[in-house]
Amino acid sequence: MTAERDHLSMLTETLPWLPAPAADWARTLKSLDVKAANLGGALQYLATSALNVNQLTNLSKRIEACLSGGQQLAPFPSFRLAVLSNGTISLAAAAIPASALRHGVAMRVKTVEYERIAGVALAGDEDISAFAPDAVLLALDHRGLPFGVMRAGEPVSVVADQVVEHLRMLRDGLKRHFRAPVIFQTLATPPSSVFGSFDLRIGGTWRTTIAAVNSAIAELASDGDYVLDVAGLVDRVGAERWFDEPQWLAHKVPFSLSMIPAYGDYAGRLIGAIRGRSRKCLVLDLDNTMWGGAIGDEGLAGIVLGQGSADGEAFLAVQEMALALRNRGIILAVSSKNDEANARLPFQQHPDMLLKEEHIAVFQANWTDKSTNLEAIAKALNIGLDALVLLDDNPAERAQVRAALPAVAVPEVSSDPATFAWTILSAGYFEAVSFLDEDRRRADEYAAESQRISVMQKSRDFGDYLSELQMAISFAPFDAVGRSRISQLINKSNQFNLTTRRYTEAQVAEFEADASAHTFQVRLKDRFGDSGMIGVLIARRSEYRGEPALDIDSWLMSCRVLGRKVEEAMLRELALAARAASMRWIVGRYIPTSKNGMVREHYAKLGFDADPMNATCETETAWLLDISTYQAPDLPMTVEGREG
Amino acid sequence: MAKPETIARMLPVFHEVFDDETLTIAPATSAKDVEDWDSLSHVRLMVALESAFGVRIKASEAAKLENVGQLADLIERKLG
Repeated sequence: MTAERDHLSMLTETLPWLPAPAADWARTLKSLDVKAANLGGALQYLATSALNVNQLTNLSKRIEACLSGGQQLAPFPSFRLAVLSNGTISLAAAAIPASALRHGVAMRVKTVEYERIAGVALAGDEDISAFAPDAVLLALDHRGLPFGVMRAGEPVSVVADQVVEHLRMLRDGLKRHFRAPVIFQTLATPPSSVFGSFDLRIGGTWRTTIAAVNSAIAELASDGDYVLDVAGLVDRVGAERWFDEPQWLAHKVPFSLSMIPAYGDYAGRLIGAIRGRSRKCLVLDLDNTMWGGAIGDEGLAGIVLGQGSADGEAFLAVQEMALALRNRGIILAVSSKNDEANARLPFQQHPDMLLKEEHIAVFQANWTDKSTNLEAIAKALNIGLDALVLLDDNPAERAQVRAALPAVAVPEVSSDPATFAWTILSAGYFEAVSFLDEDRRRADEYAAESQRISVMQKSRDFGDYLSELQMAISFAPFDAVGRSRISQLINKSNQFNLTTRRYTEAQVAEFEADASAHTFQVRLKDRFGDSGMIGVLIARRSEYRGEPALDIDSWLMSCRVLGRKVEEAMLRELALAARAASMRWIVGRYIPTSKNGMVREHYAKLGFDADPMNATCETETAWLLDISTYQAPDLPMTVEGREG
Repeated sequence: MAKPETIARMLPVFHEVFDDETLTIAPATSAKDVEDWDSLSHVRLMVALESAFGVRIKASEAAKLENVGQLADLIERKLG
């Protein structure tokens, strides 16, 4: 209810990076027009404030009413989560849909509580099967697992192995019955020690046993499952604030209700990451965000940065945070109200700057409003506005961007730069469920891309430029090695994506074994670097007018390789496969979304004919290619076979 | 007897927990009078009242309550 928040408090449980809900929040929620075109956006706007457990519950109810009534809440992808718990998880589960919408997913939740879990895992459950979950969250704490009574001095493995075996059994059963990945929770250590400090040095205590179980859980999940790190959350908030023994004994509520907003947000960001909704780019303001003072007024010698003062070191910490994010593949950009020469000066000449110009993919320093600059950054990087996070110390700029571009994440920060780095790293914008070579290399790829642009500028014509790149493309069917990246591309690609069908790693694995599916993972490199896997195609054998045909289920590409004739090369490869399998036709389909307008004419450009009769729904268009008359074009790249 | 001021302070909490700003409460109001007042929302109600009044309500105390008046009495006793 209060509009003022203490953003100095670095406490995850209060979600201090979110603005306080507006005074008329409850009334706005009640009066939302369920037929409004932008209902999804309006609900997400309501979700993007620091809501308490009751507000989250009320918002989740509205989301559930929309989704169960058949509304889509575009543009957010849907997700069905089954939650299994040994306690009363309903109170926390009711907060997850609202929290997940904050992270860009339209979610429905179904809970199973208490002693029923084992039965559901071993024998299945019709309700859950009918619900068809996209994932099953095993929301168990230590009281729901076979720890028994702790015996100090017993080897850790005696109990830990038994608990892990139980989790493995539940996981195997759930996957068998519901064919969905499992989300394990790490366990919080209850604040109960029988010795004191010595608990850490002996087996058979909560401290050592749960540490062993948590390491095993991380390992257990490596086969296509996920981990919700509740133990990490409790490390932040404190076990004594997390556990609420009276509530547990009275109602089997597994943790304090005051922790539900943080728990819901942790779950929401994880589901967002599974659906490929995590943010990709951190946009940095400069004056009083990267250094103290205004470079235009104070000059190089006047700005505050570096050792020797609390603020100077705080700004260094902000830069360290930005570099650490860049090292894990987050793109950095700058948006600053400054003359460009002034804004660049510290990057070029200040001895204490950790950030250099080469770290910044797009540098926007001018006097235009921030929202226009953010749109320019998204366009230059070919990513959506919903992939951006803006760090800006100025409350007026933050309010302007939030109002103009609600898709951009704009964290509240206090006036003390000491809180900036913590805020960005705590808000869960960049949650990941994998970390692949492609991610590691992404920042360097943006550097390679600028080299390519300079070759293009020097080339006489486009064909000349493409041959200068010395591209090599490779094709391989789906396999276990490529599985994570294939699933990542399938879930993250929005623009160059003909059908936007999302598949989990488990479903990708099923395609590997499916003899009626033709699958390609496509990799590209050139003289400037290896772009890694940049394309995915799935086609199924079917029939068209009684003749054998390949029907393209999914075709998507990373936008980084647009204009490189990769799509022509993919079609050539598919046509070769089709011929080898004695197919007559290739059928392509385009299902429009708010993001994939760039591929509306994809099949027309490749020489397919429109086939209006063959579309399976109203908005879809279908396209036909006659393989007997298809002529493969010459392409400016070599095709490589892969080893193994 | 519960004071009207206490019940007035409880009202916004009821509005938020039961997602209904038109809800009215009186000393005689009980769970059967309020849609959605079930055992789960009762837990949220108790925790929200604890935080609004800065008191702690024991499970054994909450279990004995029959209506809003007794709830207000309990809170007043705790406030002293």
